[in-house]
Amino acid sequence: MNDIDGRTNMLVIRTTEGISFSMLLAGPAPRALAWAIDFACIIAGMTLLGILIGTLGLVSSDFAQALSMILYFSISIGYGIMAEWFWRGQTVGKRLLGLRVVDVQGFKLQFSQIVIRNLLRFFDSLPLFYLVGGAACILSGKAQRLGDFAANTVVIRIQKNADPDLDQLTAGKYNSLRERPHLAARLRQQVSPQEAGTALQALMRRNELNPEARIELFRDMADHFRAIVEFPEDATFGITDEQYVRNVVDILFQEKR
Amino acid sequence: MIIDLQKFITDERPCWLELEETLDRIEKDPGLVMSLDQVKRFHYLYQRTASDLARISTFSSEPAIRRYLESLTAQAYAEINEKREKSHGFSPFQWFFTTFPSTFRLHIRAFWLAVAITLAGVIIGGALIALDPEAKEVIMPFSSLRQSPSERVAGEEKVVEDKLEGKKATGAAWYMTHNTKVAIFTLALGITWGIGTILILFSNGIMLGAVALDYILAGETQFLIAWLSPHGVIEIPAILLAGQAGLMLAGAMIGRGRRTSLRQRLREVSKDLVTLIFGVAIMLTWAGFIEAFLSQYHEPFIPYSLKIGFAAVEFALLVLYLGMSGRKRANE
Repeated sequence: MNDIDGRTNMLVIRTTEGISFSMLLAGPAPRALAWAIDFACIIAGMTLLGILIGTLGLVSSDFAQALSMILYFSISIGYGIMAEWFWRGQTVGKRLLGLRVVDVQGFKLQFSQIVIRNLLRFFDSLPLFYLVGGAACILSGKAQRLGDFAANTVVIRIQKNADPDLDQLTAGKYNSLRERPHLAARLRQQVSPQEAGTALQALMRRNELNPEARIELFRDMADHFRAIVEFPEDATFGITDEQYVRNVVDILFQEKR
Repeated sequence: MIIDLQKFITDERPCWLELEETLDRIEKDPGLVMSLDQVKRFHYLYQRTASDLARISTFSSEPAIRRYLESLTAQAYAEINEKREKSHGFSPFQWFFTTFPSTFRLHIRAFWLAVAITLAGVIIGGALIALDPEAKEVIMPFSSLRQSPSERVAGEEKVVEDKLEGKKATGAAWYMTHNTKVAIFTLALGITWGIGTILILFSNGIMLGAVALDYILAGETQFLIAWLSPHGVIEIPAILLAGQAGLMLAGAMIGRGRRTSLRQRLREVSKDLVTLIFGVAIMLTWAGFIEAFLSQYHEPFIPYSLKIGFAAVEFALLVLYLGMSGRKRANE
């Protein structure tokens, strides 16, 4: 079983076990860029081959011209098919832009699907610059051009499989709030998962913030958590707003020490 | 309640890593055959990771771990739930002698429909030329066809040397690539619920009918057959097969009288479409060679009887091939 989000940019697949996972759909702009890179690759490949074939022209210009015609045709059609088959849904352009062709139901991509989506480029590219395909992509709820529609494929943005690293969180640091276990328990009870997740994210990404924004963000967050559960002054004395939020996250995410 | 994230990761990470390794192994070797125990373990790891994903989605909004688990679950899901037949080693011999002709026969109704649409075009094209000879200016695809057939035949039959010397290979390449593009368009336009495919087949029929009747009315029937048939007996059926594929795609789009979903119908037909279009490409490659190396030569360079005889043999072989080849094996 699977399900697709209506007009969002996410493809949500629901497995038979009732688990959902989502993939971020790629819009027309990154796909157009990927196509431009692929087109440049085809031209570069043809130029190189043209030089090689040019030497054949010394023997027979007829044969060299025929070979060049057939190779251009084969490469312009076969490039997408072969690249997507060998790189599991990626071409050079898609690799560079972090895109991948996948089955719309999350199954393995089949060779026939790759061939169909690439052959229907002929129609998608009409009348100029993929106007038909681009329009279909914008109108489609799953950002599919007609080739994707016929082949049951979508193009997604690859999300990095970041290995979760929580070392930066709170490990090994003294947490004065833990000295008040009854208040810590109340904090766990009253903070919602969304609030906890936001605080965790803020800590994880704190180095990406500029100094003023960082101070302001953690001040607001600390005030928010202080309003939920008020710890006595001796437990919070001398700690910064950021340390306060870190201690709160430590309590929320790490029950036992 | 919020889970203890660090403990959760520490406990579950070995399973995730094991699943990741298994998936890497499958990716590197698509033909990998796992033992029953390995399959059971793989399924267990998938279910456990999927369950971890459910837990992390419910209890925490930590996106890095969720994305990681989503990616693992998605890959494992694709491996486990793929029910379509895996192609273990492609055999060109079996494909050519069994798969392609069997696929053609399996969807023969779409082929006959393509034939009927083209024939309708042939009749209209012929009628237009018969009723209004001036229509020739509009219908004929190439300027060389707009001249009087008798004048053209007289001119062609005066040629005694090889007029295509040094151009044949280029000509063959042009015919192959151009006709293959037309065939791909004919298939691709099936996505327009078949309207585009029908228009291409019909317009091809009109041109064919107009050219044929123009030469017949001028008393140049023998020249016409000798000129068109050596490549035409392969090229025309190839375009009809492309039309068959386009109409199959259209049939899947429309889904008349079928209870399966559009997505399922497109899935069912996709492999056969690819088989047909590859077969068409092979046919058009052959036709391109013949058109450049044989069809464009006329008497006294090559006797018409030889060209017509060659075309008859080609056509008989094509009918035998598409009608009979692989029939026994396909039935088995």
